[in-house]
Amino acid sequence: MSTATDTRPTDRALLPLTGAKLPRWAPALVLALAAATAGLLALTLGWGPVGTAFVAVLLFGLALPAWSLAVENRRAATDRFVTSLVWGAFLLALIPLVSLTWTVVSNGAPAFSAEFFTFSMRNVVGEGGGIYHAIIGTLIITGIAALMSVPIGLMTAIYLVEYGAGKRVARSINFLVDVMTGIPSIVAGLFAYALFLIFFGPGVRMGFAGSVALSVLMVPVVVRSCEEMLKLVPNDLREASYALGVPKWRTIVKVVLPTAMAGIITGVMLAVARVAGETAPLLIIAGATDSVNFNPFDERMMTLPVFAYYSYTQPGVPPGPGLERAWGAALILIIIVMALNLLGRALGHLFAPKTGR
Amino acid sequence: MSAPTTAAWPTPPKKRRMGDLLFAGATRTAASIILVALAGVAIFLTVEGLPGLTAPPERMGGEATFLAYVWPLVFGTLLAAFIALLIATPLSIGVALVISHYSPRRLAKPIGYLVDLLAAVPSVVYGLWGIAFVGPALVPVYRWLEENLGFLPFFSGPASGTGRTILTAGIVLAIMALPIITAICREIFAQTPTLHQEAALALGATRFEMVRMAVIPYSKSGIVSAVMLGLGRALGETMAVALVLSATRIVTWDVIASTSPSTIAANIVLGFPEATGLGVNVLIATGLVLFVITFAVNFTARLIVARSEKGLVR
Repeated sequence: MSTATDTRPTDRALLPLTGAKLPRWAPALVLALAAATAGLLALTLGWGPVGTAFVAVLLFGLALPAWSLAVENRRAATDRFVTSLVWGAFLLALIPLVSLTWTVVSNGAPAFSAEFFTFSMRNVVGEGGGIYHAIIGTLIITGIAALMSVPIGLMTAIYLVEYGAGKRVARSINFLVDVMTGIPSIVAGLFAYALFLIFFGPGVRMGFAGSVALSVLMVPVVVRSCEEMLKLVPNDLREASYALGVPKWRTIVKVVLPTAMAGIITGVMLAVARVAGETAPLLIIAGATDSVNFNPFDERMMTLPVFAYYSYTQPGVPPGPGLERAWGAALILIIIVMALNLLGRALGHLFAPKTGR
Repeated sequence: MSAPTTAAWPTPPKKRRMGDLLFAGATRTAASIILVALAGVAIFLTVEGLPGLTAPPERMGGEATFLAYVWPLVFGTLLAAFIALLIATPLSIGVALVISHYSPRRLAKPIGYLVDLLAAVPSVVYGLWGIAFVGPALVPVYRWLEENLGFLPFFSGPASGTGRTILTAGIVLAIMALPIITAICREIFAQTPTLHQEAALALGATRFEMVRMAVIPYSKSGIVSAVMLGLGRALGETMAVALVLSATRIVTWDVIASTSPSTIAANIVLGFPEATGLGVNVLIATGLVLFVITFAVNFTARLIVARSEKGLVR
C-alpha cells in the first residue's frame, strides 16, 4: 500500500508488474548491522555473550520488518517478522542443547581417569573410587530389559502388521500401545515394585525387577518403530513369495524381516538408548549400593543414572569429589546414549536393503 | 507404493501348516502380553495402593485424608506441566515450522536430528543441568521479576536465592517436552497437501500467509494432540523435578519462591527409599493417581489423533 504506483493505472508503460522489493541480501545486511550494534553496545555497557546475542536477535527482528514496511508493504513486513520469529524459536531451542553439553562436559571431563572406570565405590570416603559397579549394573539391567522387550515388541509388531491388519483386536492393541508409550517412568517402577512385592515381600530390591520396569517402558517404543518399518515393506515382495508357494511364516522370516532389518535395528537401538538413561524406576526397584553386583536376581544393583543422582544429592564430606563423580557419571551416560543413537543410525544405513533404484 | 493390495486375487488354500500355526500363535501371545502388562500395571497399583487410601495421618504428612495429602501434589504436578507447555508449545511449533517449511531442504534433516538429540538426553542429566546451571542463571531474572512484577500473584516472591523454583522446573520440563511436540508437529506439517500450499502461493500469499491459511488449519487437531502428548511427558517426568525443586507439599501460585509445590513423581522418588509399611502404600496410591491422570491425557490425545486421521483420509 505504501507504493504509490498502484493508484495511477493510466500510463500502462510505467506500471510495474511487481511492487518494490528488498534486495536478496537485505536479511544478511540487517543481521550484520544488528550484530555490530549489539557488539558495540556490549563493549561499552559490558554485557555477557548471552545478553549480546539476545539484543542482536531482537534488533534484527525489529529492524528487518521495519525496513520491509517502509519499502515493501504490511503483508511482506509481517511475513519477515514471522520468519525471524520462527528462526528465533529454533535458535532459542538450540541454546539448552549447547549449554547442557558444555555444562556436562566441562564438569565431567576432569573426573575421568583409569581408576574412575575400574573401581567401585566400596569403602571409598572422599576422593577416589569409580563407577565400575554402576556401569556393570546399567549393562546388565538394560541388557536383560532389551532381551525381554525386543522379542515381545517385534512379535507384537508382526502380529499387528501381518496378522491383525484391519481386525478389531489389532486396532485396540495398537491404541493401547500408543497409550502405553505415555506411562510415566515412575509408574513403571512402582508397578515392578508392586509385582515383586507379592513374591519377595516388602522392601524388595533387585536388578531383574528393574529390567521388568524398563521393559514396560521399552516394549511400546519397540513395537511402534518395528511396526513402522514392517509397514514400509512393499506388498509385492510378500505376494511374490506367496506365489512361489512359501508359507506365510517363512515369508515373514525370510522376506519381510530381512527387508525391514535395517530400520528395526535402528529402532531397537534408539529404544535401548532411551531406557539406558531412565532413573526413576531403577531408583525405586534396583536401589543403590557401593559394591559390584553381578547377580540381577539378588540384592541391590547400582546403575549410572542412579549413581549420578545419589552422588549429586548426597556427595559426602567434603562434597567436591562426590560432585565430580556425579558429573563424570552424567557425562559417561550421555556418551553411552549418544553412541547408541549414532550406532543405531549407522547400522541402519549399513543394513539398508539395496533397492537398486 | 504398495497401495493396490489386489483383493481380487484368490487367497491361498486354507490348509494350515504347523509352522504357520506356531508362528501366528507366538505373535498373538506377544500381543496379548502387552495387554496383560497394561492391565497388570493398573491392577497391581490398585491392589498395593488401596491400603494407602486409608492410612493413618502420621503416614501422610499429618493430613487426615488421602485427598488432602495428594491434592497439593496434584496441584504442583499440573502447575509445573502447565508452565512447561506454556513455554514449549510456541517454541515447538516454531522449530517444527523451521524443519518442515522454513529451512533449506538440505538443512532440514540435520536440524531434525539436532532436536532428536534433545530427546535422547537422560532425564537425570537434565536435572543436574537444571540445578547447576539453569537455576543459578535465572536468579537475577527472578529478582527482577519480584521487583518489577511483584504485584502479580505469580511473582510475589520472596525470590529464591538458589533458583530452585517451580518456574525453573517448568523450564527444564519444557525443554524435555519440546522434542516430542516438535516431532509430531513436523510430521503433520509435512503432510499438508502440496496443492493447498501451492494454491495459496499462486494467489500471491506470502510464506506466512500460506502457513496460516493452508498449513495451520490442516494440522490444528494434530497440534492439539502433540501438545497433549507433551503434557503427558511433562506430567510424568520425575528426576528433573526431583533434583531441581526444593519441594514442600504446599499450594501456592508463587512460581519464583524458594518453597514451591512438589509434584507427585518427585514426591514418590524422594520419599520411597525411606518409606516403610503403609508409607509405601500411600506413595503407590499417589502413583496410581498420576497413572490415571497421564492415562486420561494420553487417551484423549490419541483419540483426537485417530479422529483427525480419519478426517484427513477423506
